[in-house]
Amino acid sequence: MNCCCQPDRNWEEIFKQDKVDLEMITGVLNKYRGEEGSLIAVLQETQAIYGYLPMLALRYIADELGIKAAKVYGAATFYTQFRLKPVGKYLILLCEGTACHVNGAERLEIALAEELKIEKGETTADGVFTFDTAACLGCCSLAPVMMINGQAYGPLTPDSARKIIRDIYAREKADQERGQAV
Amino acid sequence: MKLRLGMGSCGIAAGALDVWDGIKEELEQSGLDLQAAPTGCVGMCHHEPLLDVIEDDGSVYTYGKVNAERAKEIIRTHKAGKGPLEDYLVSSSLQPNEFLQAQFRVALRNCGRINPESIDEYIAAGGYQALYKVLKTMSGDDVIDELKISGLGGRGGAGFPTWFKWNATRNETGSQKYLVCNADEGDPGAFMDRSLLESDPHSVLEGMAIAAYVIGASTGVIYCRAEYPLAIKRLQIAIAQAEEKGYLGEDILGSGFHLTIRIKQGAGAFVCGEETALIASLEGERGMPRLKPPYPSEKGYWNRPTNINNVETFANVPWIINSGGAAFAAIGTTDSKGTKVFALAGKIKRGGLVEVPMGISLRDIIFKVGGGIKDDRQFKAVQLGGPSGGCIPERLLDTPVDYKSIKATGAIMGSGGMIVVDEATCMVDMARYFLDFTQKESCGKCVQCRIGTKRMLEVLERICEGNGQAGDVALLQDLAAEIKAAALCGLGNSAPNPVLTTIEYFAEEYRAHIEEKRCPAKQCKHLITFVIDPVKCKSCGICAKKCPVNCITGEKKQPYVIEQEKCIKCGTCLEVCPTKFAAVSVD
Ligand SMILES: Cc1cc2nc3c(=O)[nH]c(=O)nc-3n(C[C@H](O)[C@H](O)[C@H](O)COP(=O)(O)O)c2cc1C
Ligand code: FES
Repeated sequence: MNCCCQPDRNWEEIFKQDKVDLEMITGVLNKYRGEEGSLIAVLQETQAIYGYLPMLALRYIADELGIKAAKVYGAATFYTQFRLKPVGKYLILLCEGTACHVNGAERLEIALAEELKIEKGETTADGVFTFDTAACLGCCSLAPVMMINGQAYGPLTPDSARKIIRDIYAREKADQERGQAV
Repeated sequence: MKLRLGMGSCGIAAGALDVWDGIKEELEQSGLDLQAAPTGCVGMCHHEPLLDVIEDDGSVYTYGKVNAERAKEIIRTHKAGKGPLEDYLVSSSLQPNEFLQAQFRVALRNCGRINPESIDEYIAAGGYQALYKVLKTMSGDDVIDELKISGLGGRGGAGFPTWFKWNATRNETGSQKYLVCNADEGDPGAFMDRSLLESDPHSVLEGMAIAAYVIGASTGVIYCRAEYPLAIKRLQIAIAQAEEKGYLGEDILGSGFHLTIRIKQGAGAFVCGEETALIASLEGERGMPRLKPPYPSEKGYWNRPTNINNVETFANVPWIINSGGAAFAAIGTTDSKGTKVFALAGKIKRGGLVEVPMGISLRDIIFKVGGGIKDDRQFKAVQLGGPSGGCIPERLLDTPVDYKSIKATGAIMGSGGMIVVDEATCMVDMARYFLDFTQKESCGKCVQCRIGTKRMLEVLERICEGNGQAGDVALLQDLAAEIKAAALCGLGNSAPNPVLTTIEYFAEEYRAHIEEKRCPAKQCKHLITFVIDPVKCKSCGICAKKCPVNCITGEKKQPYVIEQEKCIKCGTCLEVCPTKFAAVSVD
């Protein structure tokens, strides 16, 4: 059961595994309430708040905006930008566009999957990295390219891609340790 | 003396922010009072980060692959009157390099020349004069006549005459009409619209304002893909500035004409570039196309008459109004007028954004402007039009770039994606790659596209895996014919093109895969093996260390061996084996 369009039920209970504070999107809902055709913008801003689209929030958006839950879920699953699972602190988008493909993006995929020990679409157990792909990042003349939290890197080799990940991880670790020491 | 730093997405990815800090530091430390401003992209992405030095006499020196230290050195050299610094110089206004020489810039006229976040610079470069001229001296029909003379065709792919679309929407009755700018740029491997929006957003806004005036729309929407955050940011700035100066908003330039423009972000779906799907997406629905007619000019956004044009189409309009339709028509060929912007990428030496007159040959674009193939390898094919286009082989390289001639090859002009590939690219894999893309992006509304592309992909996959069967090529052609004839929208209609063109021009590669279970480009994983030559191997062990699956074993003074069952054919060993040994080969 991972669909949110059945008749009224105890959604808090059903979606307890992704319990979120629904108050956080009140502002978004108020901003777009009554504006026709704004569903995608609502979903985009909701995702910007939670980092993903929690089922409970989809259900809440449907109820609040008076849109059928099936339609909300339909839009959320149609567009690749939307994620129904939480993302890590760093979102790695490996470009799968044509320029990157002919310049060896597949080898980067192998290297990254090996370095992160996860497959594409997954998040590391410690929640630091999510590894995903994008259709094209628009930096095709720097192919092959990846983007981490909005910053593009390229042209990459499997080794330079690994190094970027290791550097971020090392910084993350150091920050954590410092945090604990305080 | 002035400084200008390329700060498009590509420049930033290449390290322009560091350079910017370096420049600031130098100016502060030396107390020099120089004007330094960001600019967009001149198109020489292969040389990014790019720094321009503009001397007081107006001459411009362009430096490439600049870092913070080099920027400081360049500034000092020029300031001391010892410029230019030849080491990093890539072009100058006195002597433009080959990349720029063959180009003719209409749509990109301001890209890399002005600060995209400054409306004043746009105005100083002649911006908003066309809008002024239209509002003060021209009727909608005058504008349509001018566009008709210019021969401007839509740059989003199909090349449909722009005047005709504007006229159709203009002639619709009804008080509410809409204008939409298509900035979805879905072709993976193309970045013309991104670069244009990041480098010169006002030219697109000005084109839109003229269009809105002609068709009678008071609301404009730009549908921009969310993957382009910088383009969106600069558009937002530009809209706010234009409103403040009275080029957008209420009673524009005292003419009584109103226009508000807003931005809607796409959410990542290739099919949303198709106009009816785009409209569905604007309305908050899943981006599913519908049958045409009715065309958007009759029933579009919220069922109102709507005109949709591509980013580049709009950017051409102010130039045409200022210079006259005849000046635009004088560029290009009899059937295809004006210029076209291409995003050159792939295995090309000088990749980037180029704007060339129609009629130039593909060979000139690739070899003159683009400088030929990376590492001087052998050219194999050029892919035009992305997932809807096709691959053009060496023997057709003299084909002129115009809508008809490109179509005759089986490819399409498309929106401007141009990916060059060399002998190391397998054309069967290329076809598989595109089908994989369209199959995933198919919205699923019509059977031909939803199931047909899936069947085609399965056949291509088995060919690449060495399980191709006699008759597979004919099967692909059959499926392609069905899909082309019956799919609901342009995505499905054109999806078979990459397969059909590779079958036509690279039949031998299909045959080798199917009959001999061999991939001539040595790319299809299932059909190749990596081996270490025991005589050449000097047991350095670097391959074993780098192998991601640890399938290479060996010890000192013994040749290393690849365990074939475990090998994932990633090619790392081949790459890391020192060239002086060259012990790894692929069969
Ligand atoms: C599958 C598909 C994807 C498309 N993607 C784009 C796109 O990304 N950008 C674009 O301007 N036009 C795209 N088009 C073409 C548009 O439907 C439309 O023809 C175009 O925006 C009209 O503008 P123009 O007349 O200025 O070219 C696409 C068409 C199809 C069938
Ligand atoms: S193809 Fe990778 S950035 Fe465009």
